[in-house]
Amino acid sequence: MSLHADIAVRRNGFTLDLKLDVDPGETVAILGPNGAGKTTLLRALAGLVPLHGRVELDGDVLDDSATGRHVPTERRRVGLVFQDHVLFPHMSVLQNVAFGLKADATRSAREWLERAGLGEKADAMPRELSGGQAQRVALIRTLATRPRLLLLDEPLSALDVTIRAEVRRDLSRQLAGFEGVRILVTHDPLEAIALADRLVILEQGTVVQTGTPSGVTAQPRSRFVADLAGVNLLRGHAHHDHIELDGGAVIAAPDSGEGDVFAVIHPRAVALYLSRPEGTPRNVWRAKAEDLDLQGERVRVRLTGEVPLVAEVTPSAVRELRLDRGAEVWAAVKATEISVYRA
Amino acid sequence: MSEARIPAPLLALAGAGLLLFILPLAGLMLRAPWDQVGGALLAPETGTALGLSLFCSLTATAVALALGIPLALVLARTTGTLRSVLRALTTLPMVLPPVVGGVALLLAFGRRGLIGAPLHDAFGIQVPFTTAAAVIAETFVAMPFLVIAVEGGLRALDRRYEEAARALGASGWKVFLRVTLPLLRPAIFSGAVLCWARALGEFGATITFAGNLPGRTQTVPLAVYIALETRPQAAIVLSLILLAVSLAILIGLRDRWLGV
Repeated sequence: MSLHADIAVRRNGFTLDLKLDVDPGETVAILGPNGAGKTTLLRALAGLVPLHGRVELDGDVLDDSATGRHVPTERRRVGLVFQDHVLFPHMSVLQNVAFGLKADATRSAREWLERAGLGEKADAMPRELSGGQAQRVALIRTLATRPRLLLLDEPLSALDVTIRAEVRRDLSRQLAGFEGVRILVTHDPLEAIALADRLVILEQGTVVQTGTPSGVTAQPRSRFVADLAGVNLLRGHAHHDHIELDGGAVIAAPDSGEGDVFAVIHPRAVALYLSRPEGTPRNVWRAKAEDLDLQGERVRVRLTGEVPLVAEVTPSAVRELRLDRGAEVWAAVKATEISVYRA
Repeated sequence: MSEARIPAPLLALAGAGLLLFILPLAGLMLRAPWDQVGGALLAPETGTALGLSLFCSLTATAVALALGIPLALVLARTTGTLRSVLRALTTLPMVLPPVVGGVALLLAFGRRGLIGAPLHDAFGIQVPFTTAAAVIAETFVAMPFLVIAVEGGLRALDRRYEEAARALGASGWKVFLRVTLPLLRPAIFSGAVLCWARALGEFGATITFAGNLPGRTQTVPLAVYIALETRPQAAIVLSLILLAVSLAILIGLRDRWLGV
């Protein structure tokens, strides 16, 4: 089972325009900032919003604007799981799961619930469930209809952090046993990395990057991905041993080639000094600490200046440097710590 | 009470508003010929008028439910100019004087009316001045209350319930019957109560379109009006009965009304 979509959706001034191919058995995570069109993409694939282009699932054409073909949602065999469960509030858990089943609905629904360890909740009403249980029931309700395409719209983001891990494990197990195409929309990189084989980064309605989670985070191609990976992303024009940044600054980076490039600097590779350091580092800039943020055992320092960077230092370094908001420092990066790739 | 204090002028105005409701009721209660209530209750005309009132108002409510819910659905799901036009048309009976509504109904269903004429010529059916006419008049006047309430409920409804149902393979009918309708229950219920109350009190359109025929079209409000001319005491008793029936039903429904 595979999905091939090449679609454009226009909605009040916003255009979603992308091509998406998902292989059998693959879980693709759609990642992107708010307003990137993630939910619109899912709704389009589910047949809930009109689109231009073509959607083909498992050899069946679901949409083709060239021939005017449009298979309505209820006959697409797509499963849609929402951010908050959207269980029917007037039906019991069992009735909710049985809703989409045809033959032998009640018995089959009970079996699905029991397999998921939710058998004793069969007669409960949705309002009596915890958030995690409700979302697991919602997933079962969808999987029980044996969809060919499973669309998960931020399935964990409405849950408390404390139970998110548990539901994610359950989701991961359920996904492993599901044969159709899986598409997960999320803005949580952890969720994407834990559940997906491939990431598709969606920004302003188009795909800006796609690849394995490690591949995407190793070579970010947008601010959004760089923030996800927690690295500094710079863009400029390379001239063999140095890069002229878009802002005008020059950084030294050997073997950069010639042309437009991205340069990634890990925050831990940014060293901070009170006075200009002597010796090896060739990339030294004056900077001003704008913001300090304690994260775990490290302190992230946001720097402004010629080259805006985020540095990650130890709390003891913060004390030694008497670092505070507004402090003037020197930032140094070894040329060998800069990873450069084509833009 | 721990609630924020209501400014005194507002309290005074609220009191005046309340008085406007209470004074007429008090008048009715104080001037009621209580010694005649028993006799009037047992009088056959009273029973006939009351029975007819209940029959017509409940039938009108049932018709309004059958036609009004689909109409509300259409209203809630259309946009733009069409919606404004449809909305104005459906709410017109709320602002139209009922007598004018009655005249309009006569022009449509009367023996020489738009539909009434072919109906009479082809089948010999005559609508005006029948019990059916009373039901039509009450439906005409009361249905907008139901449509407005249900439309409001539909607009407040989270569309994702219906989308989830469709994604689970449910046809349009199944979505409507098993998801939309049950979720709309509170709105339908309060709309139906308002609609019924309006139908029960209907006077102007009924007397114009259905006439005042005891046993066929003379509902309690009509009987009260007629009795006021000749037997004012009987009019008061009939009014009391209508009041008691309305109160009893409202109180009986209160728990479900507020409980949902």
